[in-house]
Amino acid sequence: MVMDVAVKLTLAALMFFGVLNLAALHTWLERKQSAIIQDRIGANRASILGFRLMGLFHPLADAVKMFTKEDVVPAGADRALHTLAPIFSVFFALVAFAAIPFGDRLVIGGRVIELQIAKIDAALLYVFAMLSVGVYGVILAGFASRSNYALLGGLRAAAQMISYEIALGIAIIGVVMIYGTMDLQELVRAQGKHLGGWIPLWGIVVQPVAFLVFLTAALAETKRAPFDLPEGESEIIGYFVEYSGMKFGMFFLADFLETIMVACLATTLFFGGWQVPYLMRDGFHFPWGATLPIAQWAYVLLGIASFSIKVVVFCVFFMQLRWTLPRFRYDQLMTLGWLGLFPISVVNLLATGLALAFFKG
Amino acid sequence: MTLVAVKVLHRRELTIWEKLYIPQVLGGLRVTSRHLFRNLFLHTAHRLGLLAYLPAAVTVQYPEVLRRFETRFRSRHRLTVREDGTPRCVGCMLCETVCPAKCITIVAGEHPDPNVEKYPVRFDIDLGICVYCGYCVEVCPEDAIRMDTGIVDVAAYSRREMQLDIHELMNPALRKPIGDCSLGFPHQCGIAGGQMKGDWSVARGDTTPPA
Repeated sequence: MVMDVAVKLTLAALMFFGVLNLAALHTWLERKQSAIIQDRIGANRASILGFRLMGLFHPLADAVKMFTKEDVVPAGADRALHTLAPIFSVFFALVAFAAIPFGDRLVIGGRVIELQIAKIDAALLYVFAMLSVGVYGVILAGFASRSNYALLGGLRAAAQMISYEIALGIAIIGVVMIYGTMDLQELVRAQGKHLGGWIPLWGIVVQPVAFLVFLTAALAETKRAPFDLPEGESEIIGYFVEYSGMKFGMFFLADFLETIMVACLATTLFFGGWQVPYLMRDGFHFPWGATLPIAQWAYVLLGIASFSIKVVVFCVFFMQLRWTLPRFRYDQLMTLGWLGLFPISVVNLLATGLALAFFKG
Repeated sequence: MTLVAVKVLHRRELTIWEKLYIPQVLGGLRVTSRHLFRNLFLHTAHRLGLLAYLPAAVTVQYPEVLRRFETRFRSRHRLTVREDGTPRCVGCMLCETVCPAKCITIVAGEHPDPNVEKYPVRFDIDLGICVYCGYCVEVCPEDAIRMDTGIVDVAAYSRREMQLDIHELMNPALRKPIGDCSLGFPHQCGIAGGQMKGDWSVARGDTTPPA
C-alpha cells in the first residue's frame, strides 16, 4: 500500500517536473523562435555571473518579476473570485495530465507499473472534462474583474472554446471507434501494430482527417494565435486585463500547459504515444526481417524518450504556427468552427463507422 | 442633399483553394520555416566561427556594438577649436538666432586679437530642448559648431544634466559631473560658480602674463 502510494507520487512528480519545466521553457521558446523567424536575436540579456546561456535565464527572471510585482485587484471586483479564477485555470490544466501515459508498463520485482499517473478506464473523457472545466476559470476571470472589457473577453473565450470542443470531441470519436477503447494507455498500445509490417498503424494513418480537425480545434482550445481572440493583448484585450503579478502569470502558465496538453493528446491519439516504430517489448522487429533484442529498461526508456520528443516537436510546431498565421476575425472563427470543422468531423465519423462496418463486420 | 464621392471597394472573393486554408497555411509555414532553419543554421555556424560574413539577424547588440553612422548623421554637438586650444566661435549669435528650439545661449566677450573681435565667454546648449535640426551647424560662418561626435546616448537623471556648457562642448569625451576646469582662456565657468576663469596668456602659451 505504501509502495503503491510512493510509486504514484514518483510518477506524478516526474510528470509535473517535466510538464512545468516545459511550460517555463515555452516562454523561452516563444521569444527565441519568434526572434529567429523574424531575423532577430531575441531575449538574451538576463545573466547569472556573466553567463547568458542564450537567454535561458529569462524564464527565471520572469518568475522573479511575477512574484515581486504588486497584485492589483480592481475596486469593486469580487476579491475571492478574482483570486480563484487563475487557480482554477492552472489547476484543471495540470490535473488533466494525470491520464496521459508517457511510457509502457514497467515490471520491477513482480510489481507492474504503468507509466501513467492515474489509470482511468475513460481517460479520454476525463481529460476533456478537465479541459472543459478550464473554461470556468476564464469566464470567472472576466466576471470577477468588474471590467466590461474583461467580461467581453471572457465571453469570447467561452463561446470559442465551447464551439470548438464539439468538433474536437467528434473528431476524436473516430479514433476511439477504430481502436475500441477510451483508456489512453490501451489506445497507445493498440497503435503498436504495423500495416504490412512497414507503416506503423498510428492514429494519423487511419484517421488523417480527424487529425487535421483535432489539430485545428485543439489549437483553438488553447486560445493562442491564430485563435487568440479571447486575449488579443495588443488591441481587443481579453479576460485577464485586470490581472497583474503572479495571477496573470498563472493564466499565462495555464495557456502554456494547455498547449502542452494538446501536444500530449495529439501525440497520444495520433502519433502512437510512446510507441517507437518497429519496437516491440522484446526488441526491434524490422520489416526486412532483422531483429534486435533489447532489455526491458531500454525499451521503456526509449518509449519515454519517444513520447517526449513527439510532444516537444508538437510544441515547436504549434509555436511555428502561432508566429506564421494572423488572427482570425470573430465571424471567421465561428464560421470555421460550425460550418467547417463540425460538418467535416461528422462526415469523418460516418465514413469511419461505414468503413468499420464493412471491413470488420 | 449633398453629393458625396463614394468609392466602392470590391474585395476579391477567396477561391476554393484559398478557402481550404490548409494549402495557404502550409505556404505560410514554408516562409517562416525557411527563415527559422536558415537562421538557426547560421547561428550555429557563427558559434563555430564559420560564415561570419552571412548575418543571421539584423539586430545590432547596441551597447556592445555600435551601428556605423553615415557622415551626415547629426549626433551630439561639439565646438571646434583653434590651434591654440581656444574656440573657433566668434560669438556672432547666428546659431542662437536661427535655433528653432531656442536651446543655445551665448555670452560673447572681447577677443584680444582685433581680427577675431569676439569669442564666447559662455556657450550653453540645452539638449533637453534641442531638436537636432542642425541649423546651427548650417548657419555657422566659422565652422565652429559641428554635430559629428557620434554620441547618441544622451540620457540623464535631471534636466540640469542635459545642459551642456562650454567644457563639454569643446571636449565631447567629458561627462557630467565635470571635475576640474581645464580651459585656459577666460570663460564663465559653472565650476567656478559662473565666475570668469582662465587667462589669455595661458591659452596662448605666453611665458609672462601681462601685468
